[in-house]
Amino acid sequence: MLPLELNLGPLLPEHLSEIFVGIALFLIVWFVVAKKVVPMFEATYAERTEAIAGGIEKAERAQAQAAAALKEYQEKLANARQEAADIRAQAQAQAADIAAEIKAQAAEESQRMIASAKQAIEAEKAAALRELRGEIGGLATNLAGRLVGESLEDDDRIRRSVDRFLDELDSQKV
Amino acid sequence: MHNIVPLLLPLEGDTSWPPSAASFNSRPLFPGLGIDWVNNHMMQAVIGALLVIAIWLIFSHRQTVVPGKRQFLGEMAYNLVRNSIGKEILGSEFRPFMPYLVAIISFILVNNLFGELFLFMFPTFSKIGYAYGLALMSWLLYNAVGIKKYGFGHYMKKMTLPDGVPVGLWILIIPLEFISNFVTRPITLALRLFANLFAGHLVIMVFVIGGTMLIESGTLFYAAAGGVSILFSFAIFALELLVGCLQAYIFTVLTAQYVSSAIAEEH
Repeated sequence: MLPLELNLGPLLPEHLSEIFVGIALFLIVWFVVAKKVVPMFEATYAERTEAIAGGIEKAERAQAQAAAALKEYQEKLANARQEAADIRAQAQAQAADIAAEIKAQAAEESQRMIASAKQAIEAEKAAALRELRGEIGGLATNLAGRLVGESLEDDDRIRRSVDRFLDELDSQKV
Repeated sequence: MHNIVPLLLPLEGDTSWPPSAASFNSRPLFPGLGIDWVNNHMMQAVIGALLVIAIWLIFSHRQTVVPGKRQFLGEMAYNLVRNSIGKEILGSEFRPFMPYLVAIISFILVNNLFGELFLFMFPTFSKIGYAYGLALMSWLLYNAVGIKKYGFGHYMKKMTLPDGVPVGLWILIIPLEFISNFVTRPITLALRLFANLFAGHLVIMVFVIGGTMLIESGTLFYAAAGGVSILFSFAIFALELLVGCLQAYIFTVLTAQYVSSAIAEEH
């Protein structure tokens, strides 16, 4: 059999323990770094990311609030404008109503005045007619009496015939 | 001048010329008790682990939404792993792997920087055992994650047989993919880390030990060359600083890459 002994020179550890000591020390370092160091750094990074993201989110929220306030303000302004326009329109309508009412009243008043004036005129006219009728009757009988030569004044029959005549006259006229 | 070597290379096993693999030998902390695995390099690894834990606990202690200077520094370090490795490679599924990635990059980085840090001046991962350990962990991780997601049979098929391979090539592709995904990956992961630090540190040892020997030679010309050599070792230290950071990053990126390929949806 060939001797399998290989001279590794410096590639052969002086003590095999070096391998185990190296591994053990590294495992300890690894353990501490894994338990204490990396979680701490990563937690800090996460916290920092969150803080930055939170700040951005807060700013966004503030911006949204401002936009909402602006919108609300604009809506209110528009509402107020609308309301003012409505009131103005209403006022105009009312004014028109009032004017129309006043006009109607005035028209009615004038109508009424005209009517009363007409009535008065009618009454005057009736009175004048009545007076005239009486006078005409008197004058006519007087004249007829003079023509006939005797007084007919106090004769009731004559008076009635005069009245009838006058009524006929009236009905013809109407 | 003879105190330069203990200052620049305090933890080496053997500082005789020429530097070799033996220079990387550990010194038992309690010689004679038969527990030679409790040695200076193991203590350094323990200190490294404690340092990593302490630094991260300080960074993550009492965090606030608006970070202070300490937390800001911590977040910069954490975000490097989280964004340029985790999110970049693993996408939205990065979160469960963050502890592993953070732990592995910082554990490797601190131990690599020990190579340029006074009192230590020795990169832990130039001891290959530690590199094997971490590579094994990453290997277990990505396979466990893949098996958990797809089940063993489906996962093995997914990892060894890419879609659209003609049946005639299966006999070639399946063993190749198997070796590539299950054998080469962990070995290269370990060797890349180890070899970079081992080689870099060996170069430093050459300059420091050789330079010291030249300075102590008593000849003026040699002493001058030795001074330059010591100065040059500082340049190599600077280079090693870069290599140490790079290797920590690469190890982590590759681990994330392997995890990503293990859980990736088939197309």
